[in-house]
Amino acid sequence: MRYTKQEDIIKESVDWVVLGLYLLMVVCGWFTIYGASHQFGNTSSSFDMSNSAQMQLIWIGVSLAAGFMLLKLDDNIFDVFAYFFYTVSMILLLVTVFAAPDIKGSHSWLVLGPVRLQPAELAKFSVALALARFMNEYNFKLMTPKNLALISSLILLPMLLIICQKETGSALVYTAFVLMLYREGLPGLVLFSGACAVVLFIVGLKYSDVAIGILTQGEFISIIVIILICASLVISYRRDFQGALYIGGGSFGFLLIGYIVSSIFGVDPHYDIISLVCLGATIGYLIYIAFSRIVKKYFIVVLVAGCAILFSLSVSYVFTDILQPHQQQRIKVSLGMEDDLKGAGYNVNQSKIAIGSGGFWGKGFLNGTQTKLKYVPEQDTDFIFCTVGEEQGFIGSVAVLLLFLTLILRLLYLAERQKFVFGRVFGYCVASIFIFHLVINIGMVIGITPVIGIPLPFFSYGGSSLLGFTTLLFIFLRIDMARKRR
Amino acid sequence: MSDDSKHIYEDRKSVIAIIAIAVVVIYTFQLFYLQIYQNKYKDSADSNAFFKKTLYPARGTISDRHGKLLVYNKPTYDIVFIPKEVRNFDTLEFCKILNITVEDYKKRMDNIRDFRFNPGYSNYTQQTFMSQLNAQEYGLIQEKLYKFPGFSIQNRTMREYNYPNAGNILGYVAEVSRERMEEDDFYRRGDYEGKSGIEKTYEETLRGEKGVEILLRDAHGRIQGKYNNGSSDKSPISGKNLTLSVDMDLQAYGEYLMQNKLGSIVMIDPETGEILCLVSAPSYNPAMLTGREFGKNYKELEHDPLKPLFNRPVLGVYPPGSTFKPSQGLIFLQEGIITPATAFPCHHGYPPLGGHPACHSHPSPLSLAPAVATSCNSYFCYGLSGMLSNRQKYKNINEALDVWKDYLVKMGFGHKLGVDLPSEKQGFIPNSKFYTKLHHTARWMPSFVISIAIGQGEITTTPLQIANFVATIANRGHFYTPHVVKNIQGGALDKKYTEKRLTGIAASHYEPIIEGMSKAVTNGTCHAINLSPEFEVCGKTGTAQNPHGRDHSLFMGFAPRNKPKVAIAVIVENAGFGADFAVPIARLMVEKYLKGSIPERDKALETRMANTVMLPGLHSLRKKVVAKKATEDDGTTSGDVDKQAGSAETTVATKPD
Repeated sequence: MRYTKQEDIIKESVDWVVLGLYLLMVVCGWFTIYGASHQFGNTSSSFDMSNSAQMQLIWIGVSLAAGFMLLKLDDNIFDVFAYFFYTVSMILLLVTVFAAPDIKGSHSWLVLGPVRLQPAELAKFSVALALARFMNEYNFKLMTPKNLALISSLILLPMLLIICQKETGSALVYTAFVLMLYREGLPGLVLFSGACAVVLFIVGLKYSDVAIGILTQGEFISIIVIILICASLVISYRRDFQGALYIGGGSFGFLLIGYIVSSIFGVDPHYDIISLVCLGATIGYLIYIAFSRIVKKYFIVVLVAGCAILFSLSVSYVFTDILQPHQQQRIKVSLGMEDDLKGAGYNVNQSKIAIGSGGFWGKGFLNGTQTKLKYVPEQDTDFIFCTVGEEQGFIGSVAVLLLFLTLILRLLYLAERQKFVFGRVFGYCVASIFIFHLVINIGMVIGITPVIGIPLPFFSYGGSSLLGFTTLLFIFLRIDMARKRR
Repeated sequence: MSDDSKHIYEDRKSVIAIIAIAVVVIYTFQLFYLQIYQNKYKDSADSNAFFKKTLYPARGTISDRHGKLLVYNKPTYDIVFIPKEVRNFDTLEFCKILNITVEDYKKRMDNIRDFRFNPGYSNYTQQTFMSQLNAQEYGLIQEKLYKFPGFSIQNRTMREYNYPNAGNILGYVAEVSRERMEEDDFYRRGDYEGKSGIEKTYEETLRGEKGVEILLRDAHGRIQGKYNNGSSDKSPISGKNLTLSVDMDLQAYGEYLMQNKLGSIVMIDPETGEILCLVSAPSYNPAMLTGREFGKNYKELEHDPLKPLFNRPVLGVYPPGSTFKPSQGLIFLQEGIITPATAFPCHHGYPPLGGHPACHSHPSPLSLAPAVATSCNSYFCYGLSGMLSNRQKYKNINEALDVWKDYLVKMGFGHKLGVDLPSEKQGFIPNSKFYTKLHHTARWMPSFVISIAIGQGEITTTPLQIANFVATIANRGHFYTPHVVKNIQGGALDKKYTEKRLTGIAASHYEPIIEGMSKAVTNGTCHAINLSPEFEVCGKTGTAQNPHGRDHSLFMGFAPRNKPKVAIAVIVENAGFGADFAVPIARLMVEKYLKGSIPERDKALETRMANTVMLPGLHSLRKKVVAKKATEDDGTTSGDVDKQAGSAETTVATKPD
């Protein structure tokens, strides 16, 4: 290991795939912004640029310069100054909370003369660097209470500050680091429980108004889901197929008997009673084998099942009493429970119309009527993907999805080839952030996920987000450049 | 420096990669669903962004055969609105200007939003709030329109009539029905369509093609200019103008003669099949069914016991009586059952059936021509009996009857002629199946059905069919499908109106029949129409038996005998023998047409005919109305009843000069 300062030659050691994808996406992004902000019916042939397209061009220039500069920096700087960057970012975020003016209900913009900066977008790289530095410690063990607490604090602090700026969407981005933590040894159970929680939440909410006996339909389905969770955990922990068969097959058989008996004798099948009995039997069985075989993992399964039951019971409370009314609306709209086309559903509906009207080939560059006539709000920022969908059609939309997928897979590959935990952790942070933005932004535009206002990297108009993503990407490229040497 | 975590958890990289790939796959499916599978988004996008302004074409005008303009368009104004653009406004003031109540306003709005009444409703498209405002009302609302955002005025046209006649031919236009809107995409709520007469049959010719101006509208409803610089716009194409074969003077004169009577006059130019007049009495002034009085007037006409909306010449079915006899002579001659010289006896009736059907006093036996001239019942009964019993020619009676029926169908009976007026009736000519079913045996006897030979029994025809039949006699064996539209501007008539239709009877067989019809005029049943030496008229009277009251008076004829110019059929209901009313009216009509005016000697006849009131049963009808009214309104004053019955007077035609 040599710590002598040595220039890495960009041409030789930079990852051209990522760099090429970056340049391609920035160019595509700029044309999309040009299209989205283009005035319809403006037939003057000159390449007359609207304000946002012009501004974005400047930001692209700034970002490219910044990116080039980052590649020229000594790679040790990131490691050495990681905590410094983190501290500066947190101070900036804190300042923003108090200094930012109210812009559309958000307090996340720092206004410096003609320039408006969103520190929340820029802070991502510093948090990623701090995490990478922290986890790069010699003999670092993730699953110790102290380390978990410190890592959680590193992540939660910026989230808290951003929530104070009334930018819940941008704060949620930091939850993406769970993916990185998973790679670094966080038990799969955490991801699994997260997924289960989402499923139970959706099921419990969406089917809450149809009753089956003493239960709602949502509760009934939740019970089935919990039984299935128990069965799959039993398999994944102990390869105990017999136990899983008892749990899953037994419950299924019981329900089947109920169905047959009821259809023969024409009586109410009482699925509610049957499912409750099954759930009770499952937990009883798990407790029984936990004690009889004295295996810790079975206790965990029982614990998970118990938590899942509590979680299911609390869904409606959380939804109605903790979430804000507009958040409730957005969730209901994305679950298809409400068709509030004038209010919360308006954006999503208009955005689906715009994308849907694009067809297979799209309407062609600058020919989109929905986006040009301002039917889609926020069409050059959060809803920029509409313009792609309307003007470039299915072909263009899928191409953009594939560009992102390629970038993400390439980042994962680059992260894995790092020799140091520092590089790998940082790489996973970058990839996780891109995954989160892709899932949420495109998901909300096509009506799958609730509306959470975060930008689509390189496509959405906005200097801070472009600069933020560029910084993330180029720091990682710089770290990757040094891999041969370090 | 490297640690074991790199290796312990390395396979987790694929879990993360799979998550990313799965998301992209799911999103691709959703994009496929939105952009390729579902079409509704495309439509929503168009209705979002394109404001399609309909440009209405002018409806075609209608003139008579001499180019007199009968029906044209007058500008009128509709109040329209786009629901999405309506903002809060002072409903009370709005209603006050339009002279409606707030309840009325609410009801109209509810109806517009109700998909049952208005299947094409959309928040983004123009809806008609109120139609047919006149210039004065338009002026009132126009000033204040700025106070009612979303509302605007749409220029439309309304039908205007130069003559108070021919309502039954011209028909009327009114707001399109929901059914039509559903089956024809052309119509939107508030559009007008022809509902009867040629307005209906030529609806697609008259209505023209709507144009459209496509404007771009942004999310705030502001118009941002024309789409594609107007290259996708379409100008409206005016409806085609129609020229009728009807002579309006003749029509008006016919309506004048038929005032206060029930019945029909049909005159056809046998050379072309053009209908010269088609009088239906009583009639109504077509101007009654325009404008905003439409609803009230329509109700009144519909409830009139004399049915002025009923187009008798094509909708009325009558037994043709003796006017049917020439057809029998022609069939017997063509089939070789008789020759012109064949004579049959008659002793005040048909001897084989003990003098039934009865006949009047005339020499006996008679050959064909005198039998037509004297309208001998017995002669044609012998003929039909001979035909139906002829086993050399026909296997059985059923085959004989079907041959007989086929000739009649070729002469234009028993089926719709295909006149260009709606709802034509087909009349009835029985076939062998009918009688086999009626008599429960295929071996029924000629005597069962003998009265059909003299135009009674089951036979029914429309006045138009009778007029057409006499035209086939005038033409000696062919006719053109009768029609009232002579010419479509910039278009061609339907081929069926220019194709010759043959009766299947040789021209030579017509001569004895025509001879008989000529004799009937010179010294037979219809001498009242003897116009010789000026014109040699051939004719035949008839009396249609009427089970409900006095018999109907019938006449058919043509003139002149050689090179006929006009064929005519007249039916006066409840007028007794044909000679009494149908013949004199036919005389005046033929004179009017062929000479252009009524000679002095016939002025008295004209006055007498026009002034005769022939509405038997009106008293009983009135009683019926009174009874009905009494039960409906719990005994309202008889003033209403007078008004009801008096509506017949509103239909009296004024005498044209």
